[in-house]
Amino acid sequence: MKVTLQNLTKTFPSRNKKEQKEVVAVSNFTFEIPDGTLIGLLGPSGCGKSTTLSLICGLLKPTSGKIFFGDDEVTHLSPENRGVGMVFQNYALYPHLTVKQNITFPLENLKGKDKMTKQEMAQKALETAKLVQIEELMDRKPSELSGGQQQRVAIARALVKMPRVLLLDEPLSNLDARLRLATREEIRRIQQKTKITTVFVTHDQEEAMSISDLIVVMKDGIVQQIGKPQEVYNDPCNLFVAKFLGTPPINIFKGKVKDRKLYIGNTAVMDTDIPDMPVTVGIRPEGFMADEKGEFECELERIEVMGRDISVIAKHEQCETPVFRAIINGENEIQGQKVRFSLKPRKVYLFDNEKGSRIEVN
Amino acid sequence: MEKNNFKAWLYLLPAIIFLAVFLVYPLIDVFIYSFEEGYNSASGSSFGTGIYNYRYVLRDPYFLMALKNTLILVLITVPLSTALALVISLGLSSVKKLRELFQTVYFLPYVTNTLAVGLVFMILFQKTEYSNGLINLILGIFGISPIDFINGPYFAKITVLCIYTVWVVLPFKILLLTSALASVKQDYYNAAMIDNTPKWRVFTKITLPMISPTLFYLIITGFIGAFKAYSDAVALFGTDLNAAEMNTVVGYIYDMLYGDGGGYPSYASAAAIILFAIVLTVTVINLLVSRKHVHY
Repeated sequence: MKVTLQNLTKTFPSRNKKEQKEVVAVSNFTFEIPDGTLIGLLGPSGCGKSTTLSLICGLLKPTSGKIFFGDDEVTHLSPENRGVGMVFQNYALYPHLTVKQNITFPLENLKGKDKMTKQEMAQKALETAKLVQIEELMDRKPSELSGGQQQRVAIARALVKMPRVLLLDEPLSNLDARLRLATREEIRRIQQKTKITTVFVTHDQEEAMSISDLIVVMKDGIVQQIGKPQEVYNDPCNLFVAKFLGTPPINIFKGKVKDRKLYIGNTAVMDTDIPDMPVTVGIRPEGFMADEKGEFECELERIEVMGRDISVIAKHEQCETPVFRAIINGENEIQGQKVRFSLKPRKVYLFDNEKGSRIEVN
Repeated sequence: MEKNNFKAWLYLLPAIIFLAVFLVYPLIDVFIYSFEEGYNSASGSSFGTGIYNYRYVLRDPYFLMALKNTLILVLITVPLSTALALVISLGLSSVKKLRELFQTVYFLPYVTNTLAVGLVFMILFQKTEYSNGLINLILGIFGISPIDFINGPYFAKITVLCIYTVWVVLPFKILLLTSALASVKQDYYNAAMIDNTPKWRVFTKITLPMISPTLFYLIITGFIGAFKAYSDAVALFGTDLNAAEMNTVVGYIYDMLYGDGGGYPSYASAAAIILFAIVLTVTVINLLVSRKHVHY
């Protein structure tokens, strides 16, 4: 099911009575979600990603704009008539019902020609439970399950009625780190098996990057960039997106362009082709190469060995943060107080100092 | 470990002493009295032991009437007040405007003086030389002839007593149920809504189980409270409840001890033990039923 959002806007009335200024949670969001894809809505808290999800599922009504499922407009349909499945952040499993009863709950609401017999329901519930691999837990209560298992039950409950769209609100935020890794693979596997168009919300960029077909980066209700994870990572459209994606994060330096050369401090580090101006320079950690003849000299703080790669933590006076991190090949030997780098041009991004927008460099 | 244990007992001691002196000892005493024929509290003597007191009490028409009144009161007011409180709480939690106002209004009886409440009920129900009371006035509109609710037929009096009891216990139940309803997470309702759950099913499958601990607490305390009813009857019908046919079991016990025909601690004890047995049975049944239907 293709999902289309057209100029979707949601504002909330201001709580502050003196200042009647509306809070814009989602602003003019236009996007077509292709059929059968997994979309990650990504952004810091308060950016409007959860509001967008609520708009798609119908728990909130948009202030303006339209939502289509396929060719049907659903903007004014209430949630129960949209045929969506939703997994809540805290799962919202009914604590007094067993796993089996939780999964069959949506089926028992079906009416008319969709009405199922008890056997059909049990059959369907078992199929779905097998899909998320919880068929052995059917008679347990949610409180007797681990967080990861509860998560699977919640997904099963959302999937059992074959929704047109599956929505997940911060699905992994309540899980510990190890389980998070496993569960996100699981979500990906289930999504690919069922081919249901899925939208999930997260503030964890790694999570979004690892499993999404497309990611939507949002900030303050405004969509910053939409694209395949790797494309957005390699080609961020502004400073916010560049900073938000990637672990360890991108390193930001103050720089300037003079005579077709990019300067950080007083050192020319790279050739470039844009007119002279002060710029903000973003360099991905993997954009550094240890090079004894390199232009970029920094003070060495410490080294962290992470197996194959090593992480060089260094200081530079033009850096926005006290120290920055470069990830280099572990075969290099770093010694002494100073370290010199040369830069990979494709991992260096220039941004407008005021607007934060990307300055394209050829 | 041993030392800690000693400390724990030390902390518990004051409460234990009070409970032992003022609760456990009297309880045992009452149990003993109930088997002692014609116990005299002044001389501390009795004629003998046996089940004579029970036999007397169970054949006493006043006791049987009190028991009947109490049972009617329990069977009518507990389900009625709980159901009514639930309906009102559901209403309160679904209105958005003026919710605080309504909550205050429904809670007012709880903080209102009993005497003031009694007066209000007098105005509502009592027949005086000048008027037949407000309720009779309203009944008159529907062509029903005036009924004397306070000194009239039995059904009228027991009706008033039931209404009064329901009215008195309602605010507390509403208070607890509204907070129980408010503590049910919105996510459950959202999840149910997305799954197209009919309203009635949401109520029976989600709301009721979620508030079942509170509901169960209210039913148990409601039963116990109604079995112990006494002051409500006094507020409406005065102290001579036997004459008014409105006595309750606790009223009977009181009369046996201190009333006009009083001075019979043995009969009072026997009646108290019978009441205790009834309350215990009902509570045990409640607990057994709750195991299946209450979800903590």
